Amino acid sequence: MMQWETVIGLEVHVQLATQSKIFSGASTAFGAEPNTQACAVDLGLPGVLPVLNEGAVAMAVRFGLGINAEIPETSVFDRKNYFYPDLPKGYQTSQMYQPIVGPGEVEITLDDGGTKRIRVHHAHLEEDAGKSLHEDYQGMTGIDLNRAGTPLLEIVSEPDMRSAREAAAYLKAIHAIVTYLGISDGNMAEGSMRCDVNVSVRPRGQETLGTRAEIKNVNSFRFVEKAIAFEIERQIELIEDGGTVVQETRLYDPEADETRSMRTKEQANDYRYFPCPDLLPVVLDQAYVDHLRANLPELPAEKRARFQDELGLSAYDAGVLASSRAMAEYFEVVKDVSGDAKLAANWVQGELAGQLNKQGLDIADSPVSASQLGGLVARVKDETINGKAAKQVFAALWEGEGDSADAIIDARGLRQVTDSGAIEAMIDQVISDSPVQVAQYRDAEPDKRGKMIGYFVGQVMKASRGTANPQQVNALLKEKLDDA
Amino acid sequence: MHDKTLTELATALAAGEFSSRELTETLLARIERLDGELNSFITVTGERAIAAADAADAARARGEAGPLTGLPLALKDIFCTRGVRTSCGSRMLDNFEAPYDATVVEKLAAAGSVSLGKTNMDEFAMGSSNENSYYGPVKNPWDLTAVPGGSSGGSAAAVAAGLVPAALGTDTGGSIRQPAAFCGITGLKPTYGRVSRYGMVAYASSLDQGGPLARSAADCALLLGAIAGHDLRDSTSVARGVPDYTAELGESLSGLKIGLPREYFGDGLDPAVEMAVREAIRVYESLGATVREVSLPHTSLAIPAYYVIAPAEASSNLSRYDGVRFGHRCDNPRDLIDLYQRSRAEGFGDEVKRRILIGTHTLSEGFFDAYYKKAQQVRRLIRQDFLDAFEDVDVLMGPASPTPAFDLGANKDPVSMYLQDIYTIAVNLAGIPGISVPAGFVDQRPVGLQVLGPHFAEQRLLNVAHRFQQATDWHRRQPAFGQENA
Repeated sequence: MMQWETVIGLEVHVQLATQSKIFSGASTAFGAEPNTQACAVDLGLPGVLPVLNEGAVAMAVRFGLGINAEIPETSVFDRKNYFYPDLPKGYQTSQMYQPIVGPGEVEITLDDGGTKRIRVHHAHLEEDAGKSLHEDYQGMTGIDLNRAGTPLLEIVSEPDMRSAREAAAYLKAIHAIVTYLGISDGNMAEGSMRCDVNVSVRPRGQETLGTRAEIKNVNSFRFVEKAIAFEIERQIELIEDGGTVVQETRLYDPEADETRSMRTKEQANDYRYFPCPDLLPVVLDQAYVDHLRANLPELPAEKRARFQDELGLSAYDAGVLASSRAMAEYFEVVKDVSGDAKLAANWVQGELAGQLNKQGLDIADSPVSASQLGGLVARVKDETINGKAAKQVFAALWEGEGDSADAIIDARGLRQVTDSGAIEAMIDQVISDSPVQVAQYRDAEPDKRGKMIGYFVGQVMKASRGTANPQQVNALLKEKLDDA
Repeated sequence: MHDKTLTELATALAAGEFSSRELTETLLARIERLDGELNSFITVTGERAIAAADAADAARARGEAGPLTGLPLALKDIFCTRGVRTSCGSRMLDNFEAPYDATVVEKLAAAGSVSLGKTNMDEFAMGSSNENSYYGPVKNPWDLTAVPGGSSGGSAAAVAAGLVPAALGTDTGGSIRQPAAFCGITGLKPTYGRVSRYGMVAYASSLDQGGPLARSAADCALLLGAIAGHDLRDSTSVARGVPDYTAELGESLSGLKIGLPREYFGDGLDPAVEMAVREAIRVYESLGATVREVSLPHTSLAIPAYYVIAPAEASSNLSRYDGVRFGHRCDNPRDLIDLYQRSRAEGFGDEVKRRILIGTHTLSEGFFDAYYKKAQQVRRLIRQDFLDAFEDVDVLMGPASPTPAFDLGANKDPVSMYLQDIYTIAVNLAGIPGISVPAGFVDQRPVGLQVLGPHFAEQRLLNVAHRFQQATDWHRRQPAFGQENA
């Protein structure tokens, strides 16, 4: 049986979060009525000219700095010529030969907790096209040019990934970097991040690459993984059955969970790239780049290191908490409000993540805010409440039954009872109410008693409505039961 | 009124000799009477012109008149004008009304000038005779059997015939200077980047430049001052102050160093044209200038390089005319490809199609390096030729065109037509400014002297042309056309 190796490269298109388009002043907001956000420039009217949005340049450079890439002094916009109804000028303004971001690298976290560096070949700026709408027009096609001219950063990796999991991890790492930098909202459902996946297989140990297929426009982490998994299997099967892989563009159909051929290399366009004469080369002076570098936020890799080194979190915890900007920011608020990083990490990854997962919510949409959870963790830390009560408080916060942990604790009387006189009184009551159990306990071998004491603890906790300090209850019960 | 220069009209308006409305009505009446034969206008905007003239007169009455207030002008139909058809001489845009004004149109309107309409041109500015217009050829007012030159032929003919005192044109390979020469008027192509291209329908973006056609260098100076300047909407416009182009007019030419490019006086130059040009140069010598021969060694490569670069850019610039959003759309398209193919086949004329095909070919895979890249290298050499020459001389002089205006229909072969631009085309590749000045006649057809200067030397060119016009009266000559009932 032949051993196969998969080789994967990704082209990730990131929609940059500029207010206006890359070459015009029209708004880039998502979801407006069709063709209400397309000005004369976006429509490609005769005589209009593009003017480069400096904000898009700054975002691209900041991405480059974030992946330790070379930032060439000069980059040039080229025209990619082809006819399509949602491409108003008959060409897309892009960067073919001199991109704004040169070679860099991205660190991904593998399933085993290890890391791997994926090289980025380059990243270039370009404008998005509009949308063709084929439904609802009785055999005609509607064209919405709102998206035309939206700035995109296309990030092209080297073929450094070897599995669908690695590809997904790379995509997540890119997502984390762009959202940390605030250069994109990273919203894949709205198309703010899309990717083209190049997949090939080769016999393990072979140097030369196999023929690749390009899967276009995959728009979720899950679909990337599934599309690649399908494609790998398809290619291996094809070769093992004596066929050959042809270089082609394929589409992933999530409903059927398969990729389908779109066009082969022979049908590919000749895009007739040439430098756009309407735009000057972009020349970046060193001071500008240095200024952007000096103002970069802390990025995922740095944050992960700090969480481990300064907060004493485990590599795993640090990795998970730093994996997205929203998660990291949430965690840091919980940590700051509660004053305990480890407890904060446990709550964010435990109770909170569990609930979010169950409800299919993003952390950004959590009904419990970071400061609310911080307030709760603070009360756990100072032992105002015990663990059991804390879960009740969390559930109440989740349901919106109180503004803060303190308010819920007070309203429900969950404050932990540590007054040993009060606890003793409850213990005495339980002991006198449970003669049979007390007798059984006392007859048992000492090594069996550990388990049996649970019954009494439970009864005391119940009597205290969960507020008694469990450690105290345990110790006092032992004293009273063993000493008799 | 119709034979006065812009400068004279400005003085007369200021003195209250007549109103802008009277002037405008007089010229509109001339257009009405004469342009049927000349065909220099595609669209006459009479009502708008009267309204603008009234507004100008009112402004003057309030004491708010500027140097251009109330002065009638015409615009080559390549400049987008809000609410008025901008056809670019093409069936493709016969139905196109721009929803916005070009920057220069905006500037001229803000200065209080009065646009009479949109002038005829070769389709998409591709041509040297104005015979490539969807709206029919323009005639040369000096001889109705001759072409007016192109592509700004309508602008040049209208000014020469006294239908309007000045007009805007565009120049990609000679399209202001050559028709100015053929029609016996003054035409200036500014430095690339001096005048905003925003709203000027693109032919070859790295070469296109708008500029004035008028009856004198002084008039060109007045207009250039109004249209030049940095425009945030055009990244290739240059952020550089606009001098007062009229201020230095009249400065002495004593000591001016004139270079005569050897290559501009060689084979193919009509000896009678050469004689007129050399006579003009003797006038300069009499004004104190010194003359020497220089060389622009890569001149012979200019036309081949131009006919790679310009069509390449054009093929891309004209892709937007696809029948989808605006412009001509074929009837009952069967599918998308049919829509594209028939809309473009019907909308574009032969010369435009020819250049789109050439450009598409030279940019295509396997040919790009051999054509486009090589042409860009040649372009740098040509530019360097000029920079080297301007190390030694202040201006270059030569003929604007190898012959006077040729007969309508005389140049059927595209390549012989392309060769008409032999003295003008390198100037666009280098991006430098050039002016064509009337310098005599050959068989009753005007001859133009071309004066070239370094980048942003418009002031010098205008003064050099102005001094010549103070010493000669070629620019005051009027064609017989339109005079008898004037």
